[in-house]
Amino acid sequence: MAELIRGDAGFAGLENYQEILRDDEFWQVVRRTLGWTAVNVVLIMVIGTAVALMLQGLGRRMRTLVLSGLVLAWASPVIATTTVFQWLFSSRLGVVNWLLVRLGFDSFENYSWLAHGPAAFTVLVLLVVWQSVPFAAITLHSALTTVPTELFESARIDGAGGWRIFRSITLPVLGPVFGLVLSLEVIWVFRCFAQIWAVTKGGPGGATTTLPVYSYQVAQSLHRYDLGAAAATLTVLILVAALILYFRQMFRQEAEL
Amino acid sequence: MRPVPTSASAVLRRLPLNTGALIVFALCVFPVYWMVLTALKPTADIQAETPVFLPTALTLEHFSAAVNADGFWSFWRNSLIVTAGCVLLALAVALGSAFAVARLRWKGRRGFVLMVFLAQVAPWEALLIPMYVIARDTGMLDRLATLTLVYFMITLPFTIVTLRGFLTAIPVELEEAAQVDGCTRTAAFRRVTFPLLAPGLLATSLFGFITAWNEFAFANMLIIKNQDDRTLPVWLSSFSNVFGTDWGATMAASTLFALPVLILFLVLQRRVAAGMTGGAVKG
Repeated sequence: MAELIRGDAGFAGLENYQEILRDDEFWQVVRRTLGWTAVNVVLIMVIGTAVALMLQGLGRRMRTLVLSGLVLAWASPVIATTTVFQWLFSSRLGVVNWLLVRLGFDSFENYSWLAHGPAAFTVLVLLVVWQSVPFAAITLHSALTTVPTELFESARIDGAGGWRIFRSITLPVLGPVFGLVLSLEVIWVFRCFAQIWAVTKGGPGGATTTLPVYSYQVAQSLHRYDLGAAAATLTVLILVAALILYFRQMFRQEAEL
Repeated sequence: MRPVPTSASAVLRRLPLNTGALIVFALCVFPVYWMVLTALKPTADIQAETPVFLPTALTLEHFSAAVNADGFWSFWRNSLIVTAGCVLLALAVALGSAFAVARLRWKGRRGFVLMVFLAQVAPWEALLIPMYVIARDTGMLDRLATLTLVYFMITLPFTIVTLRGFLTAIPVELEEAAQVDGCTRTAAFRRVTFPLLAPGLLATSLFGFITAWNEFAFANMLIIKNQDDRTLPVWLSSFSNVFGTDWGATMAASTLFALPVLILFLVLQRRVAAGMTGGAVKG
């Protein structure tokens, strides 16, 4: 660190990477980040697809209603809704605790969500899923609307049932866009920082410390910029799989242009 | 052809779907509704043991508390300066790049497009530390100009990709026809293509605006000592230091922060939809 300030830092080679890879805490954070990404992305994709399919079956007025709700949630700034969620889940006077107590879960009386690891994790998952579903649902829905309705009609005339239509028409149409949205969501959720930092700062007891939060903590609080940057580089390397998927989809679409 | 269902059975068949739709709508809207309602409720209603779900008595006291909070207007102004600066810079540069990519043939064009795509999903959070070190070593910490440049960098790839999408949708023949009629290439672009590009410019600047207005990580990292130079998101994220447990004022501040984006979205909604399908995310 002192070398960095004087500006005559020696080349450290792979020392920083070795140091961080030997650190048990790092691996714990990596596992947590993968779990965080998996839970969020699965929820986002499942709910997003379900909402997109639902939108197809709705009447015109209902569809406009749901779409405007989705757009509202999507357009609301991240930090604003993050603050709102802290209020919804606030231990005293929070609506969620009130509702849970009303439903008979008395243990939620003044329950402090952010003081318990799994509970804080849950709040963050709900927050990120709520913020991300609109994009997934709207994009998948607009992909579905590109299918000419004649296609569905002719399939029905040919005697295809609902499931068969879904498998033979909806899925192939949705496929490429689904891949695109999936990889984007993986990237966004994996590198998500603002929400976690604003709500828990990685706490309590590191229960919500994912890789971006970890590298920030290492750099800012411990003043180990070298280690923080090493962690950040490893973050990018882990993300490469998702990035490659994104590029394959992007290039397929490019070829169509 | 399916037989036309009688209206009663149609209603019944649609019941589960419509219920689901209403639930989705409620889940989407409730947090935003709750934010605005809390901001407008008298403190007694906020602290009631049973939450008050409908607006009965309304007050603006929380808004005045938020607006009168220390430095609110300067944070507001900082956010606006940074956002506007970044959007204008990105538009100017992206217009040139998009034109080069969409209209001109040159060596390395494919490579350039690939790089822009790559930059579009670059994990910027991973660049926090190098950016911080660069800003610190060049004496650029605690300056709005630094933030503007960073946001410009973040929004530029997306702006290029989207504008390129809009540009390729405009037939090149229009420009060619203008050139045949005696326009120079620049004049043809300025007089024929540019007006047609207006919706694209609006949509992309909206996205740039939202990105910069919301950005938190860099604003949190690059503005440290000079607290007056903070932007709204950073200020809002530390609401408990400012307002304590005054949720009314906190929600009023959140509402004031969300308002410009929501208004822009409302005004430009149609064009945003066009931007989504015509630009970055091709359905």
